[in-house]
Amino acid sequence: MKKAEEIFQLLKDNFPASNLELKTDQPTEAIIIASPLEIDKICFFLHDAPELLFDDLMNLSGVDEPKAGLLAVYYHLGSTKIKHKITLKVSTDRNKPEVSTLTEVWKSADWHEREAYDLLGIIFLNHPDLRRILMPYDWDAGYPLRKDYENPEFYQGMKVPY
Amino acid sequence: MGFLDKEFTDGNIVIAKAEDLFNWARLSSLWQVSFGLACCAIEMMATSASHYDFDRFGVIPRPSPRHADFIIISGTVTLKMATRIKRLYEQMPDPKYIISMGSCANCGGPYWEHGYHVLKGIDRVIPVDVYVPGCPPRPEALLEGLLKLQEKIRHESMIKKTA
Repeated sequence: MKKAEEIFQLLKDNFPASNLELKTDQPTEAIIIASPLEIDKICFFLHDAPELLFDDLMNLSGVDEPKAGLLAVYYHLGSTKIKHKITLKVSTDRNKPEVSTLTEVWKSADWHEREAYDLLGIIFLNHPDLRRILMPYDWDAGYPLRKDYENPEFYQGMKVPY
Repeated sequence: MGFLDKEFTDGNIVIAKAEDLFNWARLSSLWQVSFGLACCAIEMMATSASHYDFDRFGVIPRPSPRHADFIIISGTVTLKMATRIKRLYEQMPDPKYIISMGSCANCGGPYWEHGYHVLKGIDRVIPVDVYVPGCPPRPEALLEGLLKLQEKIRHESMIKKTA
């Protein structure tokens, strides 16, 4: 079992050029902040390194932070073999939200990323099938979980507001 | 009702109005589309099961809308599902009836304000005959909804338009 500080140190040693940051003053687990276009490389390392073996992407969630002008993605990783956990966060510009996909690392990232795309409009680069997953395929009114989202008046002739 | 009023003493002949006969036949074997949406569907299944026994009213779930006489909209109708429900309804043969079960199907229920994906009442898409309130309604409430629907069918007229 590795502590967040040890995991962070391992990442720093293996990715010296990356802009990594550790936040420990959290009510829950410590968060490692990474850059959105390097997250796939970092996660490949977390998945494969024999002292880490993060084989489980427990959760992937998108968060809208309009005051900071950011869209964030949180990754909750776990290892079923070593029984440790870590949380990663990437932030990306709200006007051009692009994050590397993790479908190559964990297959379960596929639908999670589609959900984050569907509800927040985060583009996952190189995702194999980035379609809407919950909303109708022809939904053109935007991304419902963004804070500035406005529901449309009609969808396919059906009145939407109460 | 007057359907079995004029029974002859030998018991083999019954005189009735065609209207009454058709209505009686219709309301006594309402076949239901085997279709459920959310937690209301659980109550609907409980109503079909042995304790409440929907079958004693002639309700049999059918796997195809083309076999069915009525559909229970049992649960939250999302906008995505609404287009599918409309298609199901259009595939049902006439005469066809609709029971809207629970707050979500009636008016959007708890999703009325912030449910960006929820249709605020199935009556915006298809015509509803009976609304059953509740969240979810107990099986007794759904049974009463069915009895109300039967009552409605009993008084239908072949000449006068009812709906």
